[in-house]
Amino acid sequence: MTTFKLNGRTVSVQSPDDAPLLCVIRDELGLTGTKFGCGIGFCGACTVHVEGRATRSCITPVNAIAGADVTTIEGLDPNGKHPLQTAWLELQVPQCGYCQPGQIMQAATLLKDFPNPTDQDINAVMAGSVCRCMTYIRIRKAIKLAAARMRGETAHD
Amino acid sequence: MISLSAHGLRSSADPSRRSFLVTMLGAGVMLGYAKSTFGAADAAMRAMSTQTARSAGDLFEPTIWYGIDAGGTVTVNIIRAEMGQHVGTALARIVADELEADWNKVKIVTVDTDPKWGMMVTGGSWSVWQSFPLLSRAGAAGRIALIEEGAKLLGASPQACTARDHAVHAGGRSIAYGDIVARGKLGRTFTSEELEKMPIKAADKRRLIGRNILAQDIPSKVDGKGRYGLDAVVEGMVYARPKVPPTRYQSKVQSIDDSAAKRVPGYLKSLALDDPSGTAPGWVMVYAETFIAANKAADLVKVEWSSGKAATISEADIQKRSADLIADPKGGSTLVDDPGVDAALTSAKKKIERTYTTSTVMHFALEPVNALAFEKDGIFEIHTGNQWQTLILPTLAKALGRGQDTIVLRSYLLGGGFGRRLDGDYTVPAALAAKAFGKPVKMVCTRADDMRFDCPRSASVQVVRMAWGDDGRVTAMDHHAAAGWPTGVMAPFFMPKGVNGVPYDPFASEGANHWYTVGAQRVRVLRNDLAEETFRPGWLRSVGAGWTNWAVESFMDEAASAAGADPVKFRLGMLDGAGRNAGSAPNSVGGAHRQAAVLARLAQKVEWGKPMPKDVGLGIATTFGQERAMPTWTACAARVHVDRTTGHVTAQKLTLVIDAGTIIHPDSAEAQVEGAALWGLSMALREGTEFVNGQPKDTNLNSNPVLRMSDIPEVEIEFLPSTEVPTGLGEPATTPVAPAIANAIFAATGARVRHLPIRPQAILDALAHQT
Repeated sequence: MTTFKLNGRTVSVQSPDDAPLLCVIRDELGLTGTKFGCGIGFCGACTVHVEGRATRSCITPVNAIAGADVTTIEGLDPNGKHPLQTAWLELQVPQCGYCQPGQIMQAATLLKDFPNPTDQDINAVMAGSVCRCMTYIRIRKAIKLAAARMRGETAHD
Repeated sequence: MISLSAHGLRSSADPSRRSFLVTMLGAGVMLGYAKSTFGAADAAMRAMSTQTARSAGDLFEPTIWYGIDAGGTVTVNIIRAEMGQHVGTALARIVADELEADWNKVKIVTVDTDPKWGMMVTGGSWSVWQSFPLLSRAGAAGRIALIEEGAKLLGASPQACTARDHAVHAGGRSIAYGDIVARGKLGRTFTSEELEKMPIKAADKRRLIGRNILAQDIPSKVDGKGRYGLDAVVEGMVYARPKVPPTRYQSKVQSIDDSAAKRVPGYLKSLALDDPSGTAPGWVMVYAETFIAANKAADLVKVEWSSGKAATISEADIQKRSADLIADPKGGSTLVDDPGVDAALTSAKKKIERTYTTSTVMHFALEPVNALAFEKDGIFEIHTGNQWQTLILPTLAKALGRGQDTIVLRSYLLGGGFGRRLDGDYTVPAALAAKAFGKPVKMVCTRADDMRFDCPRSASVQVVRMAWGDDGRVTAMDHHAAAGWPTGVMAPFFMPKGVNGVPYDPFASEGANHWYTVGAQRVRVLRNDLAEETFRPGWLRSVGAGWTNWAVESFMDEAASAAGADPVKFRLGMLDGAGRNAGSAPNSVGGAHRQAAVLARLAQKVEWGKPMPKDVGLGIATTFGQERAMPTWTACAARVHVDRTTGHVTAQKLTLVIDAGTIIHPDSAEAQVEGAALWGLSMALREGTEFVNGQPKDTNLNSNPVLRMSDIPEVEIEFLPSTEVPTGLGEPATTPVAPAIANAIFAATGARVRHLPIRPQAILDALAHQT
């Protein structure tokens, strides 16, 4: 049994210690926003935050995150209105949408590290997240839009 | 010479021989096309039974395309799969525009399979093109019926009434649609003749079409609430992961050893499936209580198979077969076969011949194929995302040994379609697994399972020839294209006959049947039997047009070069709209002139002819999208930089000009073009695998590179304004990109590459060959 925090709530799971965190979140805990794409950490569809860092949950054994804070797309913002999510809607980023929770989770940590990301920063951080519909152009625009708004909000605080 | 595929599809979707009903039934208006075999009464009966199943005042669900309830909500039934194209929004806006509905009161519902929907297919970039006449007329019919009944309720004449903003208005008074439904007696019936003549709005009267709106499917795709096939669950289900056999066909299970798997907690058992449909021969299912256990156990289960003969077949064998088929002048199907081709080629003083090849390409839809299957109340339910439900249902019926009328495919979002899910083969082992186990079974493929079971784009070989007369005019063109035929394997009934009477796969040939006037022309397509014995060829985004245009448009540049002509001027000279290239109403009005127009605009846009920096080149290509019967006029310019030391190509910018007729939802249209063009780039420079001993060599991203954020060039897109028939947009922009890239590489360096994907080594080889 492994205990950790998922989206702010403490959970204890029965899955084996070496079970991929992705499967635990999706199948045992029933939060299906996090997706299974490649299973080897190369596509980013399974990206969640572990202690605020983007983590590929498909290659993370659940016991490795015991006691940690885990956030999924469902917990990124209580109302689904994170500036990235809002920007994603405004620019109509998703096509099939399957990779987008992972893209958004990856982008959220990108903006923590690079509040004003250059194209090179975006390339470096987001190149690990595959979008098979090729929405990359809009992802880039949405990241910049959200970043601009988040900087604006910070300035007002 | 007409592409029967698209032509026939459009015809079958037309309301001819069908009658249309607008009938008041209790609380709602029912609007639908009833098949003549059942008749209007039957449709009304089915509507009635649906309605009586619900309590009065509930949402009334019409039997067919849309309905309006007493609260005024319009619910549009969408039979197309949502896989990123926001198709529901586009189709509902076609209805709502003619209906003069308030968009805020329009809901879309993606429906499950039911014979009443007719053919359910989402592919070929057909959805809007196919649905536009049906849905716009359906919307117009509803508006007329509402005006007539609204007029009565207002005590006005219908001629004095107008419909606007979800209400009927007359002389300063108005009545809302919902109130007409609640208080009126709608009973108007439209005959098929009336419907066919049903006038739709003039383009300048449209209020929704051509304007942007947030697509209704998008919000659930940013908050994690969207439900894909992989998210489907049902009480009491178990999981299963397959052991995929060593060859697609003829593999037989010899033994199963699950002794090691028995140590995995939650492991249940392993079963060899018996598949009467032959879809998944030699499959073994490993069942467990969780996917975690099924996945782990499957790795531990040892299966011995006797494999099929494909176990010794590799990519080079497949390509050799294509080359041999082309070398034999007999055989194949001819789409065009003008007299005089051979004579012109034989006598010409100036002629060229080139060979182009493409590698096997995998779909790699990000959601691995999966399905949840179970029997409930006498109905076998399959929960999954799928693009061609009507195609797989008979196969499922055969596999399960039950009638199609007792099988339902429940619709989910698709984690990528790209043609992979046109082939519903993955539903079959899931259904058989559930039947064999006697419980609901959710089959999940790992990425490698998915790739090994993929129906990839077949490798191909093409030989193209051109001849010039003494006056410098092109006198003949000869195009031979060989590959595995997806339609030949999966939907042979969809194959029209060539001019020589031999059926051909339009999805492995269109593109070659181009709109250039080239004198005597021959297009011959050949079916690679060895490919089809080795794997199941699939429809992959832009299908045949995705690789036949690789040859046509690379060749046009080579021909221009041979003729000492400018590549744009050379093409424009042949896009003269003469003879069979004149186009016809309604789908290809303007013909080759419209293709010339997109190319000319592109040339202007990219300042064609301006000097480029060292090792940077601009290349162009132009296509008509998918099919002659539904042309989307497309032109693309690629600007690339070539590193002469490494052979590395950097795509700097793609510029596209497109004429797709009427654009329904501009933002989605642009998104489709962005995605399609980048697919083209991915297949030009990155994607391509090969079969090795009957299996695809690359089964995951560690060796199958796809385009990523860091590879993305600037992309500029322009749609030419048009009020012509809306054609397709999901695929056309894929088709010109690879040849535009190759032509740009040539422009930058003089190196000509003729194989896809374009690897750095091929460029280095071509550069070395120059010197």
